[in-house]
Amino acid sequence: MSIARSGIRSMLSKNVNIISGPGCPVCVTPSSDINSVLELVKRHDVIIATFGDMVRVPSGGDSLQNYKNVKIVYNPLESLTLAKSNRDKEIVFIGVGFETTTPLIASVIKKAKADGIKNFSVLCMHKTVPAAIKAILDDKTSKIDGLILPGHVSAVTGSKYFDFIKSYKVTAAITGFEAKEILGSISIMVDNIEAEKHSVINNYRSVVTENGNTVAMKTMYDIFKDTDSDWRGIGNIKLSGLRIRREYEEFDSLKRFNIKQKNIKEAKGCLCGNILMGKNDPVDCGHYGKTCTPSNPIGPCMVSSEGTCAAFYKYMRR
Amino acid sequence: MCLAVPVKIINKIDDQNVRVESRGVRFEASTMLIKDVNIGEYVLVHAGFIIQKISKKDAEELIELTK
Repeated sequence: MSIARSGIRSMLSKNVNIISGPGCPVCVTPSSDINSVLELVKRHDVIIATFGDMVRVPSGGDSLQNYKNVKIVYNPLESLTLAKSNRDKEIVFIGVGFETTTPLIASVIKKAKADGIKNFSVLCMHKTVPAAIKAILDDKTSKIDGLILPGHVSAVTGSKYFDFIKSYKVTAAITGFEAKEILGSISIMVDNIEAEKHSVINNYRSVVTENGNTVAMKTMYDIFKDTDSDWRGIGNIKLSGLRIRREYEEFDSLKRFNIKQKNIKEAKGCLCGNILMGKNDPVDCGHYGKTCTPSNPIGPCMVSSEGTCAAFYKYMRR
Repeated sequence: MCLAVPVKIINKIDDQNVRVESRGVRFEASTMLIKDVNIGEYVLVHAGFIIQKISKKDAEELIELTK
């Protein structure tokens, strides 16, 4: 979104091509997971608590915005307040996000257990970044020379979390969110690529340290464990997602509601998957700008405020 | 989804919460993930939780960049 808003692509040499990757956790959530959310919201005894981005993500022509028992929260702790004031309802928090967000949800589950809350659970669709990066770099068709790494994920995980990238023939830079920071990272990476220097640079030292927030990472792994996970546009990636540990399974919506995942096909003609992998631009999609717009999105890349299609539509339409 | 904002800690509310301020707007933030924070310090807040500490100089630069 920052790159589109600031017009960075137009400033670069034709030799430097920026493509979007699977950096938006809402966008990489497959339709089958969205369908599980919709199965839950149809229950009369459930209140869905969610971050705002998830409300309009469609699956099978439906989305959470069509239901009254949905509460948008800024802070996931608000879902515990909902649980305490709605004892006759089941509060389900939709857990979507990478390592920046997941420790927060882990904290909420810990607090729910400490406070003895019995009518709260999390539908865990959290994912972790490294396995997806490896999947992209291991793809023989990939022609990527550099990676812009997520700044706030790194603030939590620490820069050492991405040291594995050094074993690949690419350069990478942990980067902030503003145009000046992004341009700085691109400049450093171009110099490194020309010098055939494969390195992982921390270009966001104001908030990213080597070890990150160790309390947050420990909290995350106290509650969650690594598991295989489906990513829209990529497929199943081993150990790229998180699931709630058995000791906390009373807070696991999948177990609590015996949710059986259905295999839901993505909308016909929707290129979100390819766009997430950098194999297509939004303009390559037949729906983009015609049947798929921010007010009537077909895929998550147009719904999410961080989605590639949403960014293109807002800032790069001609 | 994973955006966080630099804020200043204004006062302590209780053992797990502080009041913070960013551009004149005050709100609450949880200290469950970083406990040793003090009034006057600058931190990064994501979805109502403090996730990292930052220096005053870096916080002011970040705030300036986002104007």
